[in-house]
Amino acid sequence: MSIVTVQLGQCGNQIGHEVFNAICSDVHGTHGLCSKKENESYHEASKERFFSEEKSGVPVARAVLVDMEPKVISQTLSIAARSGCWKYDDRSHFCQKQGSGNNWANGYSVHGPKHKDRIMNLVRKEAEKCDRLSGFFTIMSMAGGTGSGLGAFVTQCLKDAFPASFILNHVIWPYGTGEVIVQNYNSVLTLSHLYRSSDALLVHENDVIHKICAQLMNIKQISFRDVNQVIAHQLGSVFQPIYTGAGPLHYSRSPLGDLMETLVPHPEFKMLGLRNIPQMPENSLAYSTFSWPGLIKHLRQMLIANATMEEGIDWQVRPPRPGSSIPSKHSTSKSLHFNTSIANLVLLRGKDMHSADLGSFQDPALYTSWLNPQDAFNLWKTPRAFNKYEKSAALVSNSQFLLKPLDNLVGKAWNMFASKAYIHQYTKFGIEEEDFLDSFTALEQVISSYTTL
Amino acid sequence: MLLPQTHGHSTSPFEPACLTPGPPCARLSAHPASTAHPPPPTDGIFHSRLGGGERPRAKPADGTFHRGGEGGRAARGRRAVGRARPPQRPSPPRGRGFRAPSSNEEQPLSPPSLCVAAMTQSVLVQVGQCGNQVGCRFWDLALREHAAVNKKGIYDEALSSFFRNVDTRSGEDGRDISKGKICSLKARALLIDMEEGVVNEILQGPLRDVFDSRQLITDVSGSGNNWAVGHKLYGCQYQENIVEKLRKTAEHCDCLQCFFIIHSMGGGTGSGLGTFVLNLLEDEFPEVYRFVTSVYPSGEDDVITSPYNSVLAMKELNEHADCVLPIENESLFDIVNKIHQMVNSGKLGSIVKQNSLVTSSAGSTKTVQEKPFDAMNNIIANLLLNLTSSARFEGSLNMDLNEISMNLVPFPRLHYLVSSLTPLYTLTDVNVPSRRLDQMFSDAFSRDHQLIQADPKHSLYLACALLVRGNVQVSDLRRNIERLKPSLHFVSWNQEGWKTGLCSVPPVGHSHSLLALANNTCVKPTFMELKERFMKLYKKKAHLHHYLHIDGMEQSCFSEAISSLSDLIEEYNELDATKAFQPLQLSRMTCRVPTSCHSKMRLGQLPPKLSV
Ligand SMILES: Nc1nc2c(ncn2[C@@H]2O[C@H](COP(=O)(O)OP(=O)(O)OP(=O)(O)O)[C@@H](O)[C@H]2O)c(=O)[nH]1
Ligand SMILES: [Mg+2]
Repeated sequence: MSIVTVQLGQCGNQIGHEVFNAICSDVHGTHGLCSKKENESYHEASKERFFSEEKSGVPVARAVLVDMEPKVISQTLSIAARSGCWKYDDRSHFCQKQGSGNNWANGYSVHGPKHKDRIMNLVRKEAEKCDRLSGFFTIMSMAGGTGSGLGAFVTQCLKDAFPASFILNHVIWPYGTGEVIVQNYNSVLTLSHLYRSSDALLVHENDVIHKICAQLMNIKQISFRDVNQVIAHQLGSVFQPIYTGAGPLHYSRSPLGDLMETLVPHPEFKMLGLRNIPQMPENSLAYSTFSWPGLIKHLRQMLIANATMEEGIDWQVRPPRPGSSIPSKHSTSKSLHFNTSIANLVLLRGKDMHSADLGSFQDPALYTSWLNPQDAFNLWKTPRAFNKYEKSAALVSNSQFLLKPLDNLVGKAWNMFASKAYIHQYTKFGIEEEDFLDSFTALEQVISSYTTL
Repeated sequence: MLLPQTHGHSTSPFEPACLTPGPPCARLSAHPASTAHPPPPTDGIFHSRLGGGERPRAKPADGTFHRGGEGGRAARGRRAVGRARPPQRPSPPRGRGFRAPSSNEEQPLSPPSLCVAAMTQSVLVQVGQCGNQVGCRFWDLALREHAAVNKKGIYDEALSSFFRNVDTRSGEDGRDISKGKICSLKARALLIDMEEGVVNEILQGPLRDVFDSRQLITDVSGSGNNWAVGHKLYGCQYQENIVEKLRKTAEHCDCLQCFFIIHSMGGGTGSGLGTFVLNLLEDEFPEVYRFVTSVYPSGEDDVITSPYNSVLAMKELNEHADCVLPIENESLFDIVNKIHQMVNSGKLGSIVKQNSLVTSSAGSTKTVQEKPFDAMNNIIANLLLNLTSSARFEGSLNMDLNEISMNLVPFPRLHYLVSSLTPLYTLTDVNVPSRRLDQMFSDAFSRDHQLIQADPKHSLYLACALLVRGNVQVSDLRRNIERLKPSLHFVSWNQEGWKTGLCSVPPVGHSHSLLALANNTCVKPTFMELKERFMKLYKKKAHLHHYLHIDGMEQSCFSEAISSLSDLIEEYNELDATKAFQPLQLSRMTCRVPTSCHSKMRLGQLPPKLSV
């Protein structure tokens, strides 16, 4: 089945481009490390998911590019065309002359309604090219105006126009130290609106990826391109074809549908985080060997200690002992840092993945009490190695991963809101204080739901 | 035709200096001596106009005339599109400020390789002597910058933001050519002065061809350093003329985003008529941003009435500008001196590239001697170039002009942005070690790099933007923000009040540069001083009669102006108070807190008073 990607705003377009690059280079890399037959069916499934075939033979990304300013899209299109490996459809993009100016209200209330028809037409055309459509994958930042505001609007339109399809929103969380001054307002508005219409939100924090670039990838001067390549790699490790639990010989039928089914058991909880292991510079790969037990042990500790990468994991964090829901004296603060999950999905790719034992992820202590651990944990795997990593594991988790950043963000936005700063910029475009309050309320609800897991 | 062989014979003043086509001299760092005189043109593409006697172009590049020719010109009225309207408007308004979608817009972009995506345009309105002299430097340096980036001589999107490309075959007012070779570049500008001197000089100087007579409004008698004469008398007299020329300029724009007014505050024309134009812009083009670059008089200004003029103008800026970039001549003067000292101190002099100086005109179109103000005015010109760079050139984190007020103006009237430019000079070594890069960030916050006499480090930041050009990545930004943050005070509700932009094209002669824009209470002393000087005169009613005898000028104009300024100062005071006294900050916030706020939300984060 196919996924139609909608890239919105500067961030969405720059990341989307890297995602297709990563998928393409994974498919064409010679490192399948599996049987020829295996590799071929992997190819085929990946192609169907992300590309349509053109007469010229160059795969065409199933993507719609949207921005309110022209520079990013025109650059993205031409870089993709130059790669020769894949390209975007010449007609599958929409841009205007000036951006939304970091104003969520401008994107949502002005550009959205104004350009709805033309954007949705492009989406529809892309959807019609798919024999079987699994759903939509939108990529955007929360901090700007176009990706966030228009993105939230388009997500709503997608839900209305394609009620049977899934929508997964990939969202970039801005740097905590600030890069757009109204980023917390824009984020609060985005998250609260997406929460209404999206099936799930898959979140990447720029701070986290930046740290990965510095510490794991050893990059000295980190550019957005570097950051985006790590994000693209992580996304690829989730979205490339893989066998779901259903049977060893079936690729996930509906990649998005299966993801929602395993990870979003309740509409109140739809914030997904992504972790992967290993992650390292390409030229170090050749000198490294990994064992499944080692990878899985790390990945599990990353989950329960809420570590964002394999370095600097707090190994002291332990699941609370069964029956002791009240923290006892010596479980102290450590167990408070314990990250409780609703549902987890682990994806293993590469050599001997059948030998891997995931028992440690099935521990009921990891999960909230209202879900059966058998339902809360899923394992997908394939012998096909991903992107030159002989063995690799990814974890998609619906857990308290994002609780702290979310609480921070809402707190900062509220603090600004209390002083009424910048509100006039929003009311100018029809977003009133009441709308802010609704959004705050919605997110407070999400925070409290995740807190009380 | 732009045939290479014509260059030697051309009489165009652009030919000898020819806007540094070929390698811009900045790159010839091995030969610092050659920088004063650009190399002869190798490919004469950057004329602002065809040389005299040359034949016009044989044919337009594949028939791609600018649609301004048909849709644009035909669609009468204002075509400006700036900020869109709030959604509650029933149907998209067609008349005011909005452009009916032309057929062209319905088309998707052409295939990637040919992709020419339309951008926005800006118009410069230069008023008075100061405005025109600064504007002149701007156009000179803008041409130089585009010449350095645009080697092929194709009229591209970046150029189109400040320049029209005009087919001059059919006389002066040719049609716009939207694609293809550069034919004749015309500045998107309106030159206004109530004296003839400066504008005439421009028209006789090397830049004469980027302007034509329909872009000028002049008178002969000047405003006599009297705001009322400029604002009331000339305003009234020239209103129609100004509006008509503004509309004409706007019609040539495909999507007009921003007006930049350049003027001084102390005199009569720039201050009076300049702010009159500001009001006109608001009425005529409500959707288009209004950025004002205002040169404030220094303490020992020789214009006695400058405090009156400035305060009267301030009221208009308070009410009608989106953003004001205040500039003080004293600061410019200090910066120029500092640069000269550095260059002449010998040690640095030998390795500093002449035309990488912020004040330098080397390598530009100008061939006549520099006037004393030129070095200072170049700094302002560079400020505007850097401010607009991200709107013109690509980058990994674009910062469009509409993002500036969105991010930096938390309350409508607090729209004064203190700016600083770094580096003021660049050493020839282009492999910048990160320490020197970090120095650029540190300097941007130091007192002696600010374009007004102010010290942002010891005042309160409401917001701060860093617009970076060149080879600088997001990690450099993050590192420096984290490094500098502890030494800066940000207002309590905007502790992470940073806005960042990364533009990949550096200024000519630099490998990187930084423009910092601070919404900071450090502007307050400038305003207080102005108020003081105003009151000194006003108490004695000195010179008042010169103003009051002008039609439409009442005593109340003065009292309203001074109370507008006092209110502004008071707003800064209130903010400053939150810095000194944490508890006070809370009580200030209580008065601003939304009344309808759901009481049980976020009680922990609210000031204590609210939770009861
Ligand atoms: N990871 C990553 N983040 C990016 C990239 N580009 C922008 N961002 C982030 O996106 C946010 C800014 O939003 P943009 O995507 O630039 O804004 P936009 O959607 O284009 O909206 P407007 O420009 O306001 O119309 C900031 O948090 C940036 O850090 C990118 O290429 N990669
Ligand atoms: Mg943008």
